[in-house]
Amino acid sequence: MATEILMPALSPTMEEGTLAKWLKKEGDTVKSGDIIAEIETDKATMEFEAVDEGILGKILIAEGAQGVKVNTPIAVLVEEGESADDIKPAATAAAPVEAKAEAPAAAVAAAPVAVKVSRSPDWPEGTKMKTMTVREALREAMEEEMLRDETVFLMGEEVGEYQGAYKISQGLLDKFGPRRVVDTPISEIGFAGIGTGAAMGGLRPIVEFMTFNFAMQAIDHIINSAAKTLYMSGGQMGAPMVFRGPNGAAARVGAQHSQDYAAWYAQIPGLKVVMPYSAADAKGLLKQAIRDPNPVIFLENEIMYGRSFEVPDLEDFTIPFGKARIAREGNDVTIVSFGIGMSHALEAADKLAAEGIDAEVIDLRTLRPLDYDSIIASVQKTNRLVTVEEGFPVASIGNHISAYVMENAFDYLDAPVINCTGKDVPMPYAANLEKLALITSDEVVAAVKKVTYK
Amino acid sequence: MVRKPAAKEVPSNVSKDELLKYYRDMLLIRRFEEKAGQLYGMGLIGGFCHLYIGQEAVVVGLEACSKEGDKRITSYRDHGHMLACGMEANGVMAELTGREGGYSKGKGGSMHMFSREKHFYGGHGIVAAQVPLGAGLAFADKYLGNDNVTFTYFGDGAANQGQVYETYNMAELWSLPVVFVIENNQYAMGTSVKRSTKSTSFFGRGAAFGIQGEQVDGMDVLAVKAAGEKAVAHCRAGKGPYILEVMTYRYRGHSMSDPAKYRSREEVQKMRDERDPIENVRELLLTGNHASEDDLKAIDKEIKDIVNESAEFAKESPEPALSELWTDIYAELPANA
Repeated sequence: MATEILMPALSPTMEEGTLAKWLKKEGDTVKSGDIIAEIETDKATMEFEAVDEGILGKILIAEGAQGVKVNTPIAVLVEEGESADDIKPAATAAAPVEAKAEAPAAAVAAAPVAVKVSRSPDWPEGTKMKTMTVREALREAMEEEMLRDETVFLMGEEVGEYQGAYKISQGLLDKFGPRRVVDTPISEIGFAGIGTGAAMGGLRPIVEFMTFNFAMQAIDHIINSAAKTLYMSGGQMGAPMVFRGPNGAAARVGAQHSQDYAAWYAQIPGLKVVMPYSAADAKGLLKQAIRDPNPVIFLENEIMYGRSFEVPDLEDFTIPFGKARIAREGNDVTIVSFGIGMSHALEAADKLAAEGIDAEVIDLRTLRPLDYDSIIASVQKTNRLVTVEEGFPVASIGNHISAYVMENAFDYLDAPVINCTGKDVPMPYAANLEKLALITSDEVVAAVKKVTYK
Repeated sequence: MVRKPAAKEVPSNVSKDELLKYYRDMLLIRRFEEKAGQLYGMGLIGGFCHLYIGQEAVVVGLEACSKEGDKRITSYRDHGHMLACGMEANGVMAELTGREGGYSKGKGGSMHMFSREKHFYGGHGIVAAQVPLGAGLAFADKYLGNDNVTFTYFGDGAANQGQVYETYNMAELWSLPVVFVIENNQYAMGTSVKRSTKSTSFFGRGAAFGIQGEQVDGMDVLAVKAAGEKAVAHCRAGKGPYILEVMTYRYRGHSMSDPAKYRSREEVQKMRDERDPIENVRELLLTGNHASEDDLKAIDKEIKDIVNESAEFAKESPEPALSELWTDIYAELPANA
């Protein structure tokens, strides 16, 4: 009986990939375990092994095809004597789509549509724009800054020969060599300390954590060694460096690999904390972070890496810290968010618009320094505030903003502030529970309706 | 008083001037620390204060191997390291009293002091954190292509922290010019090496990472210097890190609040009587006719004056301005960046 070979999901967040190369041709015998194709994911190029045995009857997706969705039939395996021509066109198309809709990752990472940023104070009006993913933006930022400053180097696990666990550093080893793109052993506290020492010694390290979950092993150096030295030395020396990597929930990786550390680091004087949403911000803010003479925590998000945005086509641009961006103007309510929370905030704003509620959405972009003025100005206009973040609810960024607004704009508030956050539970693995633990745009919509008494 | 070993010959490659310098530098640390202990008792120094008395030969011997550009970093028992690398007694003492004239403007305290000018990178309060930091300083020098070496000091207590071994691995893997100096004073706070450590050859642990090392008599400044020169030459030649386990002893408690129940008075007294590093050099100077009692008395007086002046300075220097609370949290971005 003929068997369809489906496009595999080769990473937790993979939704589509490129069929880079067929290693078997039609008519070839395939045994279980044979490598039949090379598939390029958003993270790496992977070898794809056959599970079933038979003859490669027909190749359905040609070599080089891009954007092949997971679970799309890519070939048909037939038995001896069978002809691939007998196979009817796949009747399976519906099934994978349904399966996909159930996966929370897909729900979060939906619509790979380019999000248009209508205007920005960060580059001149009329600047030519180009579309790129957050991943490309981050790589460009590092590449440009490494070209600009010889003391900038990248260190971390798999940043070099592997080309980056999430492909952020792809190509940098080839371009800059092993002196400036340093593969480390799996020794987070060790290399975070070495990186910090190198910063004290005059270099500008970019320390990549494969994810910020692993940075907990290194947090002593981030806080006690990097953040506090300038103060403890009476201004004599500090640690100008960037700690960066994906932060927050990816998809289906469970409790130890799904946590948003924004509020943790934002608490520490001496650190600067950046959490971009768009590719343009990712690029402009990372370049700024590398130039900043202080330790900067740069929180990325795996789910955002593959998303495309418009980015100014400029030879060099940076985005200053402490300046929020009004992502959408509105009059009825202020929604403040940052990082991946922005996708829920913007989605909620769309849904609310359909119901006649006009939301203003503010992207904080940096959490330390925090742009209090933009929040207050917006609240003075809308009189209502909802905050959105993926992290835990206790001592969250939203809690802090609520307290600040209460203290400084109490008389402008027409309703209590609501903090939309992740749930107060370790991240569960089961797909349905994970979906429940994460913040959703529907929860934001509900919160907005509550504060607007709709 | 019984002394052992009995008066040694001064090695031919050590000059009279060098010997006098070691005597002077060790004595400065000893007298400074005694004064610090006194000021602590008077309530002029707060918090934690860890004295270096007994261990003077370690830093003085190793500083004798350094050249301009070399870096040093250590733990919270750091006063001796600072004085040995040429930082001013006034600035160190005033930091202990939390005054404006301190190296960190009074904001660091005993455990957190730095000097960019003297390439002293702290003064670190978290046990063993300075080990990867020191390797990072060496990483920077190697990256920049100079031949500087970093002296990274830590104790037998820190030697049981995991990050030390992550650092050993990377330091050897990347051939970093760092001398790991394990100051084995035999007590991690109140826990003796015997009670904390099964395999007590700390320098030998480097072998697992391919790092050469050796044990050194840390009560003998000349032995420390000789071993230090070997280690430094190894690093400067680009051969990677080197481990020196320097066997030393602290006469005082772990900190000022140490009840000292974990060792006998006799043990301490025996060490003082028989192995004191300063007495050792004093004897070499006298028996070798390199100095007279009067010469040494003159040095004693000079040191006493420096230390007394530092105590006066540390009392007179004003507390930091209240506005200092809010400075040095962030460095400003240079205008051209």
